[in-house]
Amino acid sequence: MAVDLHRFANPARFMRLTDAIFPWSLGLTVLLLASGLYYALIASPQDYQQGETVRIMFVHVPAAWMALSVYSMMAISAAVGWIWKHPVADLSAKAAAPAGACFCFLALVTGALWGQPMWGTYWVWDARLTSMLILFFLYLGYMAIWEAFDDQSKAAKAAAILVIIGAINIPVIKFSVDWWNTLHQPASVATMEGPKIHSSILTPLLLMAGAYTALFVTIFIIRVKAEILDRRLRIMRMNQVQEKGLKG
Amino acid sequence: MTLIADNLRCIRQDRVIFKGLGFTLGPGQGIWVKGKNGAGKSSLLRMIAGLLKPSKGTITWKDVDTQEEPESFRQDFRYIAHQDALKPVLSVRENIEFWAQYHGGDKVAGALKLFELEHLQDTPAQILSAGQKKRTNLARLVASPAPLWILDEPLSSLDTHYIDLFTDLLREHLEGGGLALLATHQTIDLQRVTIFDLDNLKGVV
Amino acid sequence: MSAFFRIFSRDVRLAVRQGSALTMTLSFFVIAVTLFPLGVGPELSILARIGPGVLWVGALLACMLTLDRIFQADYEDGSLDQLMVGTLPVELMVLAKILAHWLTAVVPLIIITPVLAITFNMPLDSLGVMALSLLLGSPVLSLIGSVGAALTVGMRRGGVLLSLLVLPLYIPVLIFGVAAVEAAIALLPAGSHLLLLAAFSAGSLVICPIASAAALRLAVE
Repeated sequence: MAVDLHRFANPARFMRLTDAIFPWSLGLTVLLLASGLYYALIASPQDYQQGETVRIMFVHVPAAWMALSVYSMMAISAAVGWIWKHPVADLSAKAAAPAGACFCFLALVTGALWGQPMWGTYWVWDARLTSMLILFFLYLGYMAIWEAFDDQSKAAKAAAILVIIGAINIPVIKFSVDWWNTLHQPASVATMEGPKIHSSILTPLLLMAGAYTALFVTIFIIRVKAEILDRRLRIMRMNQVQEKGLKG
Repeated sequence: MTLIADNLRCIRQDRVIFKGLGFTLGPGQGIWVKGKNGAGKSSLLRMIAGLLKPSKGTITWKDVDTQEEPESFRQDFRYIAHQDALKPVLSVRENIEFWAQYHGGDKVAGALKLFELEHLQDTPAQILSAGQKKRTNLARLVASPAPLWILDEPLSSLDTHYIDLFTDLLREHLEGGGLALLATHQTIDLQRVTIFDLDNLKGVV
Repeated sequence: MSAFFRIFSRDVRLAVRQGSALTMTLSFFVIAVTLFPLGVGPELSILARIGPGVLWVGALLACMLTLDRIFQADYEDGSLDQLMVGTLPVELMVLAKILAHWLTAVVPLIIITPVLAITFNMPLDSLGVMALSLLLGSPVLSLIGSVGAALTVGMRRGGVLLSLLVLPLYIPVLIFGVAAVEAAIALLPAGSHLLLLAAFSAGSLVICPIASAAALRLAVE
């Protein structure tokens, strides 16, 4: 029997754990998203300056938060996978990446949509938007390197090196872009910081942030499970080929 | 001065190449690794050389785990791989000289003489024949001597004259108390060499 | 230490003997930069305005095209295996190769930059700062680039992936490199920008060889 079974001891436990969490995270996602969207789009008042466009903020800001925190989470799990050779940690970094990239993309698109009424153009090289764009590139690079390797355990390590280097660089990039932005643009342009935080704004914002987090957890669980099953399938196929080879 | 491999396991792309592999190699001894294509001969040699991490098991040299102290182990072996590691724009002498100095040796002239490369020493490596490249590659063993030789197909592309020449060199190395780990398809006429068959290893734990 | 110097001098010697690679890099740099006046028009004030940025971006792209030279040939002919079983720690081996790359591929770009800067109508006083900013910032290009090169070594179509991995990480150097030159043109002190560039170089000097070595260990497996 040419299967290395010890690797799946951990994933099996992980699968049991996620099976228990999954219904809760799914329920929470629906609940928070429904109430968050209600508050954000209907219940909250218009902003005296931004009018209805302020509502884009409730979709935009939590997405930007998520994009950044998912990348940090990936860097942490990559480090864990590297140091303790934990197979689920590598897979979770891989599974989180597309979701993080989607949040990043969502933040970019909503940022552009907000920009049209506020700045009169869909894209302004605003420091936050630019940083988000660079973060999006980092996500693309991370996902591309997974695709580039045939050997999954090699891909995991290469991707881990990349995401850790990226995570070290993010503060430097952020600092540079902020600085570059203040150099090239006068402060009179409206920034995306939005209005002063008021409870009517804070409630939907936090609800949406919670909804995004729950949504991420739900998607994440599905994707990690798919990765684990995919891995098992590959090993089973390989064994089939080997056994056929032995018979023939 | 003993090399001990214990319970080595090699996994490539989720496929187990070999497992439960172990041997002990003492001074004056050689091991001839045999096996079909894909049995893991090169993988085993690369694993001993520290290029491939074993998924399980240990390699001990002079009672020290080689993974814990790779630098001191690396000083004690020379690894000859399939590829020649020659730079086409450098001459034969420059190629040998670089690797000799990199590994801390200086017996370049002796190596050139032994492998009958003296008349080619200023020739750029790009116009050498396959056999001449192989000899330039093997010359490293002499130019920067080390007790343990790890040889992956050292005889390929050599004609009978040089096969004999290299066999003599290997015999001398072993008689002088050296160690050798060798993988080759050709037959090699040597005493002091134990055959280690990777094909009959499966199932042995 | 002698092994470190051996690798460095071997790589420099190889680069000198294969001079065509250097000529091609320099030609790329010149052609890429030449495209900008053709694209945006020859108006001198506009050229002077975009000059520092164009030169920095051009140098950055030209440098990126040479990155695969650091490890690719050694990987293909088996030298990398041999280099990694030497007594020199892999991190130092990598560093020697990065230094050689920087000296043979990047420094020539810096040397011709002032000539190109003149064609962009940049004031003569700023040429010194232009060269200095490249000199202090460009080690980052080689160092971060080495990580990308090590990660993609041995890959088919590794070049495109390499640029995707490396370019976003080049942004801070680009920003402050250009800012230093613009400050000099505006007759403002550029010292702090240059210091930051030097700091980026120093930081990458610590982190990148470690990451490259880890990636190379992976590549030879």
